[in-house]
Amino acid sequence: MSRTVPLDLPSPVAPGQSVIGRAVGELRRRPLMAVGVVLLTAYLLLALVGPMVTVDPLRTDPTNQLLAPSAEHPFGTDEFGRDVFARAVAAARLDLWIGLVIAVVSMVVGSVIGVVAGYWGGRVDEVIMRLTDVLLAFPGFVLALILVAAMGDSIPNVIVAVSVSFLPHFIRLTRAEALQQREMEYVDGARLSGNPPWRVAFRHVMPNSLRPAAVQATLVAGWAILTVAGLAFLGVGIRPPTPEWGVMVAEGANDVITGEWWTALFPGGMIVLAVMAFHFVGDELGGGEV
Amino acid sequence: MRRYLIKRAGISLITMLGIVIVVFFIVRVLPGDAAAVRAGPYATAEKIAQLRAKYGLDRPLWEQFVDYLVGVVRGDFGTSVRTDQPVLGELLARLPASLELAVYAVVVATVVGVPLGIVAAARQGTWIDGVARVFAILGSSMALFWLGLLMIYFFFFRLGWFPGPVDRLAVGTKPPPMVTGFYTIDGALAGQWDIVWMALRFLALPVLTLGFVLAAPILKMVRSSVIETLASDYVRTARAMGVSPRAVLFIDGFRNALLPVTTTIGIVFGYMLGGNIIVEYLFSWPGVGRYAYEAIQTNDLEALQGFVIMVGILYVLLNVVIDLGYALIDPRIRLGRKVTA
Repeated sequence: MSRTVPLDLPSPVAPGQSVIGRAVGELRRRPLMAVGVVLLTAYLLLALVGPMVTVDPLRTDPTNQLLAPSAEHPFGTDEFGRDVFARAVAAARLDLWIGLVIAVVSMVVGSVIGVVAGYWGGRVDEVIMRLTDVLLAFPGFVLALILVAAMGDSIPNVIVAVSVSFLPHFIRLTRAEALQQREMEYVDGARLSGNPPWRVAFRHVMPNSLRPAAVQATLVAGWAILTVAGLAFLGVGIRPPTPEWGVMVAEGANDVITGEWWTALFPGGMIVLAVMAFHFVGDELGGGEV
Repeated sequence: MRRYLIKRAGISLITMLGIVIVVFFIVRVLPGDAAAVRAGPYATAEKIAQLRAKYGLDRPLWEQFVDYLVGVVRGDFGTSVRTDQPVLGELLARLPASLELAVYAVVVATVVGVPLGIVAAARQGTWIDGVARVFAILGSSMALFWLGLLMIYFFFFRLGWFPGPVDRLAVGTKPPPMVTGFYTIDGALAGQWDIVWMALRFLALPVLTLGFVLAAPILKMVRSSVIETLASDYVRTARAMGVSPRAVLFIDGFRNALLPVTTTIGIVFGYMLGGNIIVEYLFSWPGVGRYAYEAIQTNDLEALQGFVIMVGILYVLLNVVIDLGYALIDPRIRLGRKVTA
């Protein structure tokens, strides 16, 4: 390896400024992104540490049913006397984890398919895009719904079903990017140095085609939480008494009509805030035009 | 134009065929015994075998598929396990309720989203733009079921402005004579203005819930396409020739942004066709979404499958209509040239 480095490259870190300092400066210029990062950090802490300090989210207490929020029960108790705060915190761990897994799975699988379609082109591309069109002919929520209904209720099944419903977005994004990258000179270079096609596609084209997909994945993590909770609200996928936000809203929906708003509105609010946090970050990463 | 139409029809047919294939194989092939699911969790082995024979699930898969496909083409979407009625008939009977909800929600979303998007584009970077942006993010992050519950809590339980989530009309009210299936229109046709008023009051909360969420994508699309056209050469020319800023914004900016906006509204409407399961369940709205919910609760896969296929086919047809509208308006498509995005 030669050690000559072009001298006119901009230094990645301005002199006298640490990486953290730069990050703080960046966040100060983008207030929405800062809000998103702060919120996501708070959620992660809650998910990691929270379940260790709260009471048992499954413990019922017949003498303390439907208590309004108080110092002892910050979010009140539900119709079985369970602590709503403890359940909402336990649900944060489950929902965030599921949302992130779905975002990663659908991004990785979708991008691989997208690169194959974009790089090889021709008939392979044609077949993949027609199949993608069929998947896009359903609203994503309906597709996820029928997949879980057919496979049966379980957390892994929900993850597979919701990931599939987000696949088309990633396939299209990465394909469009790979179509452009394919024409670049570095790809010709890689090909001419004797790399087999799969190596050119996955070692050279794919890493350079991932940017839009990575931005999209941030948004998908939020939407995945929304989809999973929506399915659970309808009684599909994750079922009571599992502490999950959608399950909790479903269980508390009837209390709202009789005035006990806290059992449903707290966990529902936590869903919306979490999805918004992902959205603030993804929106800014995508240049504010997502 | 004719070549375009033929090609468009061909692609739509292939997509519809794909929809039937995908749904059929999701339901039959994925792990999970279709007969056992239908029979419910407490069924005996005998009952499961009986159901398997009744629905032909013991025959070779391709035979079942050909039967199902021929049925769908003839308008037979199978028979509901729960009610023992043809699925398509039940769906069609409930479609007007869903459509009435969907049409009003899309109208509300358009009335909110389009002007807000234009203002945000014209005043890019100001506080109005900021408000529009936060509104758009809030709308795309919103959980329908949570917003619906908030609406019910405040506007029904606390304030009592609107009726509770029970149905399309108060219990015991006779619906107006059926013409379109839209109670607000049928009531007006029959001169029953009290029914029209009641139907509107029952529509209010679910429509506002859906309208809020649907306004977000419309707002985003209007904003970005108006900004794009305002930056184009012909707008610069119009400005240079002394056309007033307001005329530039509405005549050049908005009119040219209409095409992508129409598409977005169409997509939003299509999303409504299936996305309203949650809202219809929450407000006890007797439409197709509520039917799908009941099918899920009773493991009625046949009915659920019919619902999903109907949603998919309606979605494809809707896209055809949008594309045709596009082709009529935009000569570049009509003449078979590629549109440069």
